[in-house]
Amino acid sequence: MLRRLLAAVLLTAPFVALQPGAASAQQATPPQATSPQAQTVLNVYNWSDYIDPYAIARFQRETGIRVRYDVFDSLETLEGKLSAGRSGYDVVVPTSEPSFSRLVRAGALRPLDRSAIRNWGNQDPALLRQVESSDPGNRHGAIYLYGTIGLGIRPDKVRELAPDAPLDSLDLLLKPENARRLARCGIAVMDSAIDVLPSVLRWLGRDPNTTEPRDLRAAEDALLAVRPQIRAITASGNLMDALANGEYCVVLTYSGDVIQAQARAREAGRGVQIGYVAPKEGAQLWFDMLAIPADAPNPEAAQRFIDFLLQPDVMAGITNQVRYPNAVPASRPLVEAAVRDDPNVYPTAEALTRTFTVNALAPAAERARSRSWGRFKAGR
Amino acid sequence: MRRLLPLAGGAWLAAFVAAPLLVVLVLALSTAAEGVPPFALPWVEGVNLEAFALVLTDPFYVESLGGALLVAGGAATLCLLLAFPMALGLTRARPSWRGPLLFALLLPFWTGFLPRIGAWIGLLRDEGWVNTVLENLGLISAPLPLLYSWPALFLGMLHAYLPFAVLPLYASLSRRDPALEEAAADLGATPWTVFRSVTLPLAIPGAAAAFLLVFIPAAGEYVIPELLGPPGTPMVGRVLWQEFFQNRDWPTAAALAVLLLALLLAPIRLFQRLGTSR
Repeated sequence: MLRRLLAAVLLTAPFVALQPGAASAQQATPPQATSPQAQTVLNVYNWSDYIDPYAIARFQRETGIRVRYDVFDSLETLEGKLSAGRSGYDVVVPTSEPSFSRLVRAGALRPLDRSAIRNWGNQDPALLRQVESSDPGNRHGAIYLYGTIGLGIRPDKVRELAPDAPLDSLDLLLKPENARRLARCGIAVMDSAIDVLPSVLRWLGRDPNTTEPRDLRAAEDALLAVRPQIRAITASGNLMDALANGEYCVVLTYSGDVIQAQARAREAGRGVQIGYVAPKEGAQLWFDMLAIPADAPNPEAAQRFIDFLLQPDVMAGITNQVRYPNAVPASRPLVEAAVRDDPNVYPTAEALTRTFTVNALAPAAERARSRSWGRFKAGR
Repeated sequence: MRRLLPLAGGAWLAAFVAAPLLVVLVLALSTAAEGVPPFALPWVEGVNLEAFALVLTDPFYVESLGGALLVAGGAATLCLLLAFPMALGLTRARPSWRGPLLFALLLPFWTGFLPRIGAWIGLLRDEGWVNTVLENLGLISAPLPLLYSWPALFLGMLHAYLPFAVLPLYASLSRRDPALEEAAADLGATPWTVFRSVTLPLAIPGAAAAFLLVFIPAAGEYVIPELLGPPGTPMVGRVLWQEFFQNRDWPTAAALAVLLLALLLAPIRLFQRLGTSR
């Protein structure tokens, strides 16, 4: 949490002048109220750098509801606030696993009233079905954006150091002979047990949602085998900046972060090429959900906001801005061609069939997983 | 007024020390549950000792407590070693210089803690200033892994806590009677003997205070190991954070906090005895 905060705010700002390639933190500026008599206030709590500012301005203009827009940079921050109760937020954007499903089970979210969300049907039913493992019946959330987990790589460097390594597989990271060669240009893994261990299990040909200690042990061993070659295990936000600066050449992280790093590297113009690899073994799929806390002060306005966001043109604007795919198929024609046709942004239908989602685990299994992750990080 | 003051002190202690402690203790005896908030209180579900049992029997938690005490001890020792010559230098500086020197010592506090740690990240990262300078000088061909390492962790600790060690040492050293050292020198002691048998013993209470002022907050430190330390540093602050935010097991987190506090009471007690024996 703190790492990401620091990476976004502290590092970039003071060093931009000194490191010409450093990425600049682009903040979605909270828009001003459009009318002085704005009475209703909607409190939105979303990930940082994760909206089209124009969408908010338009919502305010069309509804007269004033939006107070707040950002978080880790699920822990969001869950911590919601768990304590009385967060004061009307719309929150938790990720399907682990946070959204835990919040659903804890009764921390208010069931959506679909009659008030006319655009509900705009969502892709196939994707909604994928979310049902976290929220049976899709009662508590609409899909905001989604993505996969895979490898951000610098293809030129990888080719140079390991010419025979496959560029479409987790072999690149998890086969020790590849990792040994690529360690020279930097390997990093995001610090998140739930986002890494399932992919490793899948690579091993085991159930990503296993609770078997034997399977977990196997995944841990596979990670430990390449542990000496991994330079950093840190928050995904840090990795995005470092990847854009060319500090690493193989990074296991979120698809959208890699694509944003790609754009930043291009802007910086220092010749850092970045590519994204959704592992052919099957990539983990995640969803960020639009949800309403059970004790939201203004649930009606929240429903209107969710309804507003699910419109094709609004969603297209958001995807164009943040480069994550949305779940509203009718928005596709309105998305910039470069984004729309990039299979790393929008997985192909064939690639989607190979993706998997993770399930909520029982507390004991979850503790076993985070323990296993801790041992991997410490290298023992 | 004279009667009100202790009352105010008592009220302050009750509100800001006793009450939070009680809340943490009650939490530690609660049962983890799915809900808002994610636990059931002891008078609802009954007193639950599971959190304490887990924390006391699972070697993972015991190790994290031990790790934290070791790191804190190391950081406090390092601070003490560096603070001693600084404090001694301060007492020997010309009086007109002391003010500005003390001011310089406290100057870092004018900047927020996080930006200062953030600055270390900027210095130590692979493409950071230190590596870039070394590379441009031709001293290294690939960046040194400086960030996320033990040296970086201790550097951060030293940076954050050094003033806390210098100030009590300075206070106790500046109160010493210079006549004692002069007398020792007049009686033929070498400067080293004077230092060893007069200056050093006089500084012991200050040194103990300095050590504790660093050791106690460092033992619970979360931010510095998280931002600068090696991955998976077994420190209780991080484990506590993990239990609270990632596993959402508030009772276990609270039990860990209580245990850490109990462990820290021992050195405080020792310090008090040291103070009264003189």
